[in-house]
Amino acid sequence: MNEGWIVGALAALLAASYVNIQVANSEGRDQAISRFFVPVLFGISLLVLWQGIVRGFNVPGVILPAPSDIWARFLASTSILWQDFVQTFVKGALSGYVMGAFAAFATALLVDRSDFLRRGILPVGNFMAALPIVGIAPILVMWFGFDWQSKAAVVVVMVFFPILVNTVEGLRATDMMQRDLMQTYAASYWQSLLKLRLPAAMPFIFNGLKVATTLALIGAIVAEFFGSPIRGMGFRISTEVGRLALDMVWAEILVAAIAGSAFYGAVALLESFVTFWHPSQRRSR
Amino acid sequence: MTDATMTAPARSTGFGRAVRGTWNAVFPVVVVVSVIFAIWYAACVPMNIKAALDQAERDGVIVNPAGATARDRRDMSAIGLAFKNPEQAGDTFVQERPRLPAPHQVARELWKTTGDMVLRGKAFSKRSLLYHAWVTLSATVLGFAMGTVGGVALAVGIVHSRVMNMSVMPWAIASQTIPILAIAPMIIVVLNSIGITGLIPKAMISAYLSFFPVTVGMVKGLRSPDGMQLDLLKTYSASQGETFWKLRLPSSMPYFFTSMKIGMAASLVGAIVGEMPTGAVAGLGARLLAGSYYGQTIQIWAALFSAAILAAVLVGVIGALQRMTLKKMGMVR
Repeated sequence: MNEGWIVGALAALLAASYVNIQVANSEGRDQAISRFFVPVLFGISLLVLWQGIVRGFNVPGVILPAPSDIWARFLASTSILWQDFVQTFVKGALSGYVMGAFAAFATALLVDRSDFLRRGILPVGNFMAALPIVGIAPILVMWFGFDWQSKAAVVVVMVFFPILVNTVEGLRATDMMQRDLMQTYAASYWQSLLKLRLPAAMPFIFNGLKVATTLALIGAIVAEFFGSPIRGMGFRISTEVGRLALDMVWAEILVAAIAGSAFYGAVALLESFVTFWHPSQRRSR
Repeated sequence: MTDATMTAPARSTGFGRAVRGTWNAVFPVVVVVSVIFAIWYAACVPMNIKAALDQAERDGVIVNPAGATARDRRDMSAIGLAFKNPEQAGDTFVQERPRLPAPHQVARELWKTTGDMVLRGKAFSKRSLLYHAWVTLSATVLGFAMGTVGGVALAVGIVHSRVMNMSVMPWAIASQTIPILAIAPMIIVVLNSIGITGLIPKAMISAYLSFFPVTVGMVKGLRSPDGMQLDLLKTYSASQGETFWKLRLPSSMPYFFTSMKIGMAASLVGAIVGEMPTGAVAGLGARLLAGSYYGQTIQIWAALFSAAILAAVLVGVIGALQRMTLKKMGMVR
């Protein structure tokens, strides 16, 4: 036991909380800089507390490694991490995401042409979106082999239903008046689809696309628990857990967290370009 | 439903209209589901035809194309083989370890491991899916309860404390973009190594997964009263506690139930995935894993369907609670 670390970490936490309270109650609390500063300081103080507890109580690395150890491991094994990232994210998650999104989009366009189909598919799609679809991973690994194809297949199925449901909902988002206006212009089905209904559906579609980013990464990682070539984030996590090399596991989790938020951020950025006209995209105050 | 009321003759009774409305809502779903089952049966033929042909050849039947060995057939198109050998199509629905089991095989396995076990008085033997579903269900519900209580508590804190809102809320939102499920194997192994085994590690994964959706949904819900309503309570000189109990909490209920549905689905996924990595012996996730190790495809599909049924029941229970509560509160008619 090493009291210095604990006292230091607690002091840092208290000091950070004090600063945060001061900032949160000050005049400038609504400015962008303080809205950025407060959560970052809070996150840093939690990391310091983590470090202090691990060092102070001499927690063994097989239970909880210190953030500094994780960071050192991250820097030391960037080549392995990059290889795993390419295998799981680029090959598995991203390709499956793109295929699933296009499939869902095409299905939604077909479904949208018939009111009967829409009333049939929407409840089924909503039901499927709530199921633990990740359980089909063992079946798809059996069908498509151990490499990334099976992971992409899991991702396709996982992202399909949220995007389908949201797109079908979005294509209904125009109101009668707007559709009537297109009719008075003598617009064809495709004209009114491209110029009115698809743009109006974009906020819904992006909602589905954003939900699907996390699902894609989860699907690709969990599918690797059922068998994979000797690389990939899920493979590395399950084998390094078995070897009790938890610093490597945490480094993979760090990669997964960065990849997940960057993926989400990229889709959100694309959304702000495509749906710049939507009220939710207006700069607040 | 709207066109039902429009096309119905004016003197039709409320009952007739209700029947017609239900029919209009249910019929398309029935059609879509039957189409899915038809596609499933049709897909069984090409998926299983190669194994069926190999078996038929061993039994001395001549299969097309004549002269091709099992090895040659492996590289041929399964759909082409299915068209060339229509007599063997029936064999694709009765295999022991098919690549794609037919729906009736899955249904029979489900009955054999649930209803049949109950009839034979072994409802909770290790071979019964009811037992495995119960193991998963207990972890799910325990974790879900922990996650919901924690999430609501954090949401109350965030709504009432400006500094918590500024410091914690961005992380709660950001955490939804992170594949948290990836830490499941580690939580299981680490808790095992410090002597915590069984239900608790799985429940903690479930709790962790349901925690953030409930937090984010509840913050939205507790903030849903508009300025006018909050001002009204201020003119009554209501305290912060009274505002919370009489305005914020009641108006958060629709959000609460919606986020509980999301949290419940996430909890179930967490419990199932939590059963996979350590070679757990009980639970639906363990059944999935064991099935994939031993190539017992029918067992995998049966476990998958019980997981789906479990999810539907759990989400359905919350939906029913939601309807009852909101009806009592006068929020829906």
